Amino acid sequence: MGLKQNLHNLKEKYKGTKMAPAFNAIHTFLYLPNEVTHGGTHIKAADDLKRTMNIVIMALVPCLLFGMFNAGYQHYAAIDGSLRTDVIANFFTWDNLWIGIIKVLPLVIVSYGVGLIVEFIFAVIKGHEVEEGYLVTGMLVPLIVPIDTPLWMLAVAVVFGVVIGKEVFGGTGMNILNPALTIRAFLFFAYPTWMSGDKVWVYDAVKRTGTEDAISGETILGSYAQNNDVVYSTWDMFMGFIPGSVGETSTLLILLGAAFLIFTKIGSWRIIVSTFIGAAVMGLIFNGIVNADIITESSKFYGLMSTDWWQHLIIGGLAFGAVFMATDPVTASQTNKGKWIYGFLIGFISIMIRVFNPAYPEGVFLAILLMNVFAPTIDHYVVQGNIKKRLKRTKVKTA
Amino acid sequence: MGLLSKKDAALIKDPLLDNNPITIQVLGICSALAITAELKASIVMSISVLFVLGVGNVVISLMRNIIPSKIRIIVQLIVVATLVIIVDLVLKAFAYELSKTLSVFVGLIITNCIIMGRFEAFALGNGPWRSFLDGIGNAVGYGVILIAVGFFRELLGSGTLLGFKVLGDPIEKTGLYAIGYENNGFMLLSPMALIVVGIIIWVQRTKNKSLIEEH
Repeated sequence: MGLKQNLHNLKEKYKGTKMAPAFNAIHTFLYLPNEVTHGGTHIKAADDLKRTMNIVIMALVPCLLFGMFNAGYQHYAAIDGSLRTDVIANFFTWDNLWIGIIKVLPLVIVSYGVGLIVEFIFAVIKGHEVEEGYLVTGMLVPLIVPIDTPLWMLAVAVVFGVVIGKEVFGGTGMNILNPALTIRAFLFFAYPTWMSGDKVWVYDAVKRTGTEDAISGETILGSYAQNNDVVYSTWDMFMGFIPGSVGETSTLLILLGAAFLIFTKIGSWRIIVSTFIGAAVMGLIFNGIVNADIITESSKFYGLMSTDWWQHLIIGGLAFGAVFMATDPVTASQTNKGKWIYGFLIGFISIMIRVFNPAYPEGVFLAILLMNVFAPTIDHYVVQGNIKKRLKRTKVKTA
Repeated sequence: MGLLSKKDAALIKDPLLDNNPITIQVLGICSALAITAELKASIVMSISVLFVLGVGNVVISLMRNIIPSKIRIIVQLIVVATLVIIVDLVLKAFAYELSKTLSVFVGLIITNCIIMGRFEAFALGNGPWRSFLDGIGNAVGYGVILIAVGFFRELLGSGTLLGFKVLGDPIEKTGLYAIGYENNGFMLLSPMALIVVGIIIWVQRTKNKSLIEEH
């Protein structure tokens, strides 16, 4: 009797009871179900919801591992700036990974633990199967929060995000807003001191404030917003050796994940590409404003407005948002034309918020949440437009 | 109930639960969002509406047979406006700080949908005593929700109740704050009031399935 058989027996034992969905979920999470449909013709497809989710998680794993090393690297580099001169030698070290393990893994565990408990409770109350939607959300959440986020805050936010962001609408597939971003937005509005500033992005920086060992690590966006110079090279920005939320710093690995998602046809390349285009266009507009001398260096927007448009694409959470958040199939536009509009506006609005929001120079999550709300409207007009076009065509023929 | 007949008692009881103006009729949401960040403001607002609706319903009910139906809305507005100005002046005289917190929202009681709704739906067709009970019932139903929302928003958002620090001092790190607790700033923003009202609606309809609307 292997584990599979035991789980199957448990499943049979609780069949028809209130707890049945919980045992079903554990069984199908680990193994293929051994129920077989009899009779009739069936279409077989391997890419059910769970496989889809697993592929996204696989695409996220490089970002997570990189984030764990980066957590340690930013900590030690903040103490001893000379480490930054030879990044490669000082990046993949056991010391760095250790800090990643003690700081990042608890975030992952809390995110999954709390989220899945909520999912199980709702599945049992509502009497339906546990939905796999949380598998990806649970992985995304630890990657988009600052490293020093207290675990209880994360737990509160996860409960809020899963219940208010998803379950009240009817669970996976019915939600209007991306649950991971709902969680992020909740954290941002509820505990702003833990979500912005120059202390939260580096491990231990908050605790050391005011002592003689004080360290800090301002994000690049934060530095630009204050018209300060940035010590990081473009190479650092692209590779991700910069302070930021846990898993969103490395544009290279995000693009790798994007390639994987596009190759497996899970993520929509239209949304990814159009988001980058939208951001680039807005960046160019701002660059144009600066070049035309419309604003002066004394303006509080000067720092971010004069940032090269292509730099906007590789710093902050834009790439991560474009690849992993905007492409969420539930909350994005469904029509192809709609996807172009949806993605473009996400990029466009992201950079706009980034530049005009002095308190928090990052707008990707707000832009995506905003467009989540508008996605059905975009689809509606795309579909109506199509219907009108076709009606016109038939009219011409008959007349 | 010796004082009230069964029918009259229902006028008070219904708006408290199964016909609550906020959670069932979804009226008066605007003020529920605007002033519930503090419990004190919620209570004062509730009392103000209680006064305006209770007295207003009686006045309209007494005049119901002489108001020409074409201009009844104007007459109703004049009655509400008069009562609201009385409330506003009383607040300014005896609780100036609080009236500054409530600022424009006392004036906006005039546009509170619950009040016009009760005038139109009840006071124009019923006698003064029943109208009075109806007004009191609806105002209390409104106040209960307002106070519940205010309670949670002030407790979780500022860690205080009626200004009294129940969770310790956030700056000196006493009480709960000593172990790392922090106030939830989101609670002080209006969207959270909507979400809290939404949760109350959710709980209420789960308890009483007959309240769930067909859609």
